[in-house]
Parts: sequence; C-alpha cells; structure tokens
Amino acid sequence: MKPRQKKLMYILAGIALVGAAVGLVLYGLKDNVSLYFTPTQVVNKEVPVGRTFRIGGLVEEGSIKRVTDDLAISFKITDTKNSFPVVYKGILPDLFKEGKGVVAQGKIEADGVMHADEVLAKHDENYMPPEAADAMKKAQEAKSAEAASAAQMAK
Amino acid sequence: MAINWFKYSAPTTFYGLAGKLIPWFAIPAVILCGISLYIGFAVAPVDAQQGEFYRIIFIHVPASILSMFLYMIMAGYAALGLIFNTRLSSMMASAMAPTGALFAFISLWTGALWGKPMWGAWWVWDARLTSELILLFLYLGFIALHASIDDPRRADRASALLAIVGSVNVPIIYFSVKWWNTLHQGSTIKFSGTSMHIAMQQAMFTMLAACWMYAIVMTLMRVRSIILERERHTKWVTELPEVQQ
Repeated sequence: MKPRQKKLMYILAGIALVGAAVGLVLYGLKDNVSLYFTPTQVVNKEVPVGRTFRIGGLVEEGSIKRVTDDLAISFKITDTKNSFPVVYKGILPDLFKEGKGVVAQGKIEADGVMHADEVLAKHDENYMPPEAADAMKKAQEAKSAEAASAAQMAK
Repeated sequence: MAINWFKYSAPTTFYGLAGKLIPWFAIPAVILCGISLYIGFAVAPVDAQQGEFYRIIFIHVPASILSMFLYMIMAGYAALGLIFNTRLSSMMASAMAPTGALFAFISLWTGALWGKPMWGAWWVWDARLTSELILLFLYLGFIALHASIDDPRRADRASALLAIVGSVNVPIIYFSVKWWNTLHQGSTIKFSGTSMHIAMQQAMFTMLAACWMYAIVMTLMRVRSIILERERHTKWVTELPEVQQ
C-alpha cells in the first residue's frame, strides 16, 4: 500500500470509529436529547418524578379554559392517544391555538396537573397563503361530510 | 483539447485563475440577491399561520444549508490536503472556514429572531439548535487551531484532523428533527418535494443560489490572499504586478 492510501484508510477508519462512538452515545442519551415527553409517556409514568420537565403535543380541541379573570389558563396537551392537563399563568405565544403544536415546561403538582412556567408554540414545516389553507380545510371538511353521508346511506 | 486539471492544483496557476473567476460569481450573486429580495418581499404571499414573520426563512434556510455544505466541503479539502499533501487543498479549507462560520452565525441569529415571535423563546436547547451551535464552535475551533500553530504545514495537518472528526456533526444537524422530538419543525425541503407555496420557494432558492455565489467569491478572494501570504518568499509572487507596486 502506498503511504497516501494508508493515510486515507486511517482517516476513513477514524471517521467510522468517531461516528460509531457518537452514534452510541446519542442512542444511549435518546431520552435526554429529546426536548419533551409525549402525553403517553407522562401517563405511563416515564417522566422524572417531582422534577421540572417538558410535555409536547397538540392543544386539545375545546380544552382551553380561562380559569379566572387574571391571565391563568388551563388546557390539555394531547398526542391523539392520551392527553394531559396543564395550567399556566402568563403570556402565551401568538401561535398558541387549539389543534396546534405546543410545548409546556413545568412540574406535576399534587393535584395531578402540570403547573407550567413556560409555554412555547411549535409550528409545522408547511408554508402557504391563507387562501390555500382555507381551501385545504374546506376540501377536508367536504371529504369528511361525504364520508359521513356515505356511511348514513349504507345504513 | 485536453485540459490538464492538475495544472490548477498549483497555487501559482490557481492564483491567476481565481482572480479571473471572481467577477463571474460576484455579479450573479448581487443580481440573484436582488431578485430574491424582490420576490420575497413583493411577490410572495403572507403565510396562513405565521403572517409576515415567516419571511425570515428566505435568509434563514439558505444560511443553514450553506453552513452545513461548506463544512463538508471544507472537511473534504482538509482531508485531501492531509492525504495527498497538496498545498492548495489546505489553503482552500482555511479560506472557507470564516465564510462557513458566518453562515452558521447568521443561521443561529435569524433563528433566534424568528423563534421569539413564533415559538415564544429566543433559544431552546433542542437537538437542532444545539447541534448547529456546535457547528459554529467547530468552525471557530478550526480557525483558532490553525492560527495557534506557527508552521503553516503543521497547522494544516492539525486543523484538518479537527475538521474531519467534526464532520460527524453535520448529519446529526440534518437528521436531528427526525431522530428526536424538537421544538424546531421538520424539514420543508424534502426528497419527496417542498411543502411551500411556489413564490416562497422561488424567493428561497434564488437566495440559496446567491449565497452559493457569495461563498465562492469570498473563498476565492481569501484563498488568493492566503496564497500570497504563504508564497511571499517565492520569485513568482515578487514578480506579480500588484505586488511590485
């Protein structure tokens, strides 16, 4: 083997080794690298007890309630399988809406509810003008209405 | 006519070629940037969710893409320099590092400006943001390590190793939004297509092209000064008209 081929082999082997090491570390730290737990993980008690952590998911439709006349708000975070209640007092980001992504950071108190000290909005990776978004929503509604009427016809 | 490509791997000949190439990239860079800004601000519609705020994507995404691509190219040049002992490859790697660092910084900075109004936070320690920050530190580490060793050939070898090892980080940045749950949204540009309105895409991809041109211009200009600096004791440099003045 020529010296330059030897060097190339060393470099490739080095990258493979470092890559494998980093991969194993990140795989081992999988739960620590993730920013938040899903409501299912919280319900299954996979979260640190008595410590601050984050829950992420969608704001459940129809779950937002203004508790009193101050800034306090309660809502549920869902991953469509399970949902978990959160209360929060403070300023909400503009994108905080029912059915949209959210990440709340806080602690589960004795009442079994997460008392959040920070609520962040998570948006998706699709960008379109409002007309297109409306058209898509309408098409979806028409589709589900059609499916409902078809189900009724079958009866 | 067969072109001897290896001719241009010598700093002596590449110096002149780089000088001739610069305007061919600099002028398109300015024009494309202007077109992109026009489409981005005057043609592209508002976003259904984010209103006007999303427009920072037109610089955020190109800067992020460039920061990752430039790192891989830089590491590639550094590896070539290490394996074949070619001087020009190592000089190219050093020339690319500051531009790459600049793009990594722009990516983080515009991301913070975008994050505050949309997410509600300037910064979160999620996998995407953290790995991009590590990329910036890798660039800065590469530059600092190279500058801390006096002998340029030894500096090339030491910093090449850092660049090669650090290249492991780039796929982590790209796949971070897939592998872990993050606050950062998933990729808009996918192999299956881009989930974006067509005018928004035009603005973003024109800016991406402009950033590429800019990166090439800056690299060529910087490699020319690195060549002059390192070859200043040679006869051909002292005979250059711009040096004799």
